[in-house]
Amino acid sequence: MIRKTSLIAAASALSLLSALPAAAQTIAIVGGRILSQGPAGDIASGTVLIKDGKIVAVGSKIAVPADARIVDASGKTVSPGLILPSTSLTVAEVEQIGDTMDDTAGKRMGAAFDVQYGVNPNSALIPLARLSGVTRAVVTPVLGRGGSGGHKDDGADDFSGSFEDGEASLFAGQVATATLAAGVTDAVVKAKIGMALDLGEAGAAYAGGSRGAAIVLMKSALEDARHYARNRAAFDIGASRPYPYSRDDLEALIPVVEGRMPLLVRVHRASDITQILKFAADQKLKLILEGAEEGWMVADAIAKAAVPVLIDTQADLPGSFETLGSTLQNAGRLNAAGVTVAVMGSRDYNNLRQGRFNAGLAVSYGLPYSAAMASVTLNPAKIWGLADRIGSLEPGKDADVVIWTGDPLEVMTYATSVFIQGKEQPMTSRSLELAERYRPVKSDYPPAYR
Amino acid sequence: MMHTPLLVRLALTATTAALLSACVSVVSLAPSNKPGVKAKITDAAKVAVVLPKGSDPKAGPAPFASTYKPLPSQLTALVGGHILTATGEEIISGTLVMDGGKIVAVGKDVQAPSGAKIVDAKGKWITPGIIDIHSHLGVYPSPGVESLSDGNEMTEPNTAHVWAEHSVWPQDPGFNRARAGGVTTLQILPGSANLFGGRSVTLKNVPAITTEGMKFPGAPYGLKMACGENPKRVYGHKGRSPSTRMGNVAGYRSAWIQAASYKRKWDDYRAKAAKGEKADPPERNLNLDTLSGVLAGDIRIQNHCYRADEMATMIDISREFDFKISVFHHSSEAYKIADLLAKEGICYATWADWAGFKMEAYDGIAENAAIGQKAGACVIIHSDDPVMTQRLNQEAAIAMGAGARMGLPVSRADAIAWITLNPAKGMGIDDKTGSLAPGKNADVVLWSGDPFSVYSTADTVFIDGAVVFDRKDPRYQPKSDFELGQPGEGVHP
Repeated sequence: MIRKTSLIAAASALSLLSALPAAAQTIAIVGGRILSQGPAGDIASGTVLIKDGKIVAVGSKIAVPADARIVDASGKTVSPGLILPSTSLTVAEVEQIGDTMDDTAGKRMGAAFDVQYGVNPNSALIPLARLSGVTRAVVTPVLGRGGSGGHKDDGADDFSGSFEDGEASLFAGQVATATLAAGVTDAVVKAKIGMALDLGEAGAAYAGGSRGAAIVLMKSALEDARHYARNRAAFDIGASRPYPYSRDDLEALIPVVEGRMPLLVRVHRASDITQILKFAADQKLKLILEGAEEGWMVADAIAKAAVPVLIDTQADLPGSFETLGSTLQNAGRLNAAGVTVAVMGSRDYNNLRQGRFNAGLAVSYGLPYSAAMASVTLNPAKIWGLADRIGSLEPGKDADVVIWTGDPLEVMTYATSVFIQGKEQPMTSRSLELAERYRPVKSDYPPAYR
Repeated sequence: MMHTPLLVRLALTATTAALLSACVSVVSLAPSNKPGVKAKITDAAKVAVVLPKGSDPKAGPAPFASTYKPLPSQLTALVGGHILTATGEEIISGTLVMDGGKIVAVGKDVQAPSGAKIVDAKGKWITPGIIDIHSHLGVYPSPGVESLSDGNEMTEPNTAHVWAEHSVWPQDPGFNRARAGGVTTLQILPGSANLFGGRSVTLKNVPAITTEGMKFPGAPYGLKMACGENPKRVYGHKGRSPSTRMGNVAGYRSAWIQAASYKRKWDDYRAKAAKGEKADPPERNLNLDTLSGVLAGDIRIQNHCYRADEMATMIDISREFDFKISVFHHSSEAYKIADLLAKEGICYATWADWAGFKMEAYDGIAENAAIGQKAGACVIIHSDDPVMTQRLNQEAAIAMGAGARMGLPVSRADAIAWITLNPAKGMGIDDKTGSLAPGKNADVVLWSGDPFSVYSTADTVFIDGAVVFDRKDPRYQPKSDFELGQPGEGVHP
């Protein structure tokens, strides 16, 4: 069930739309400080050589072919493109305009919901993310209303969302990953790479009010999926026992129960993490945790289970009774215990820039710098099974490369060039066009003429 | 309100009239009478009029008065630090001296006085305390449960009569987190569901059992107003006005007409009373007290307003009814009218780049602050968020980075004012705090490094010269009652 970006279509669209260099080209990014995240390590001044969209060499003494286009990165820092490990980007546009939101299944299905079909390569938010050095997004569906937008003052408190108690499925649906490259007509790189699920208070509410109900419902759903897998023929002739879930939902759960598809579980309280770790071990599920504000309290158990964690390092408030243990030290403590950590921003797609700053923030609270860089590059790639293609600057991988004015985790640093699969990306966005239009100038004509 | 207007028979001197308007609820002609002692009416020519307590908005001591007392402080010198004064000055290596709760000296060549506690600030940075002009700490506290959510009185579009301070829960752990981020002063606002959301309150970010214990002495009140989508959505969905932006504007104007009328009634009453004429005091109205306080220039307008065209409309309304707008909040499109805002002397408070979550925020850009700075406007970076408030320094840095990217660099010396002096101006407390200048309150942050770096932390925070937070000393890491015995106890900062 893997779909690849239509590279040919993308390339032709690009050549029609803009003067961007074609993919079949050799590019040498020279003179920059390289944070490779790969075997080449950190290089004070080196070269990244790109050919036909792939990285072919990374090092301090790389011979640059005569026909290569030279990109001077001296005084700058070169890193792999950043990866958002869990986001609504590409399936969400304006939170309060429901018609633009495709990150939630609604009432008709659960596990079968497939976020890939809502991915919009022309989202106005993609260029914003790209300008902040993000080249790929792992798009994860959510329960109820997507995103958060979370400003109390902005009416978040007067929106109840579409979240309703007692609906049939806990599962939020299937995860996809998307490229943020300009000019592609189909941005989905790989669909069905995970199954999302909310536990804790959200899951309990969905299951009718209690955690006990949520876990039992989840267990029975997985058992039904196994049963269904063994009895498809009987199901087809109406000879199977009834299932509370649709055929589509059950089909979608089969790779999960077979341990082929990771289950992304949003969970917060330490005891809930303990429960899901036990459950996943019993059921032989492949697990990824998201949120995990109290993860540090059970860090050893998470590490022992080799379960990776996606966290928002800014979470340090007891925002609910399941996050009383939130602390800025979470990432550092998890990492120290041996947990693979990927850092995300808040889910707000209007807050796209936050991932790398959150990684930087964690450095002040115990996360080593190298782990912080990995948390927004190589770790998300590893966690989602994409590390053969992206996540580091090493030969054979896609040439997703960002050139920065300085340390990528530092606030005032910005990207000056972004390459995705070797193609240099336009460094503009709707926001930048607005800024340019309203740059302080004297004119007798309204800005609409600019 | 409950009382019937009293017949007032007065033969007052100018002195007692002044007393009447200056906050005494019981007035008498007899100079020997002590306040609070009812006048004896012994002489028809010397009639003292006693309005029942609470029926004259200007009589008596101000209700809910601040009981704030600075924590103990000592003569302290921060020596050799990199200082941003917020008045445009950057001192690469200088000394700041605090005594008696005030800043007494700051500069390159300042010497630490003898007897001062010396704090080695080499390699560290010193700034004024951070001021968050848009906070809902206490009124939307953590945990965010319904029982504690008291920020939006969404029952009628004009709730100018509610006061945010009556919703503040002083035990909100968010106050502690904000302090660990260098926040020393906060304006707590009601939410934005209403055209008139209610009064704001300005708090010193000190742990206290009561809200009065946090109230910033002498800070003027603000009135939260909201433009645009929120009021029309909230009330439109209830099937009542306003359901459109034109409904919003009609709502503002109707209220100001009422406020002007109310103010005139009280002004007339006071003038007559001052002349000893017979006069009926108007019935006190809490809603119109606040609105007329704006017309009198005592209460400052803090106006949630995203779009450029709506901000311009609000300015027109302020002209129609002759009041001043102090600050536009959120103001995602301020950059489109930066010249106008600069000319009008209206500050705008915004995020670096939170945008796009609703249509009125769709044109929000990270260059908003830098463009306004270039135009000479009073730019403020605010949070509206219990997480962002902990790192307003970094939020400012994001806006600086965006400015640099488009060739409008903003210096650190200027940008620090976005989160210190400019919010102080917007809240009317810039004579007391917001910059490092002799005579001002010693609200100071000692940072581990450049405050605009992601890696820097607020290491020591002073309010009125007292250490209120120290990252390395557990004695100065206060916890709220709510945090005791909880899993998070002891893992902050």
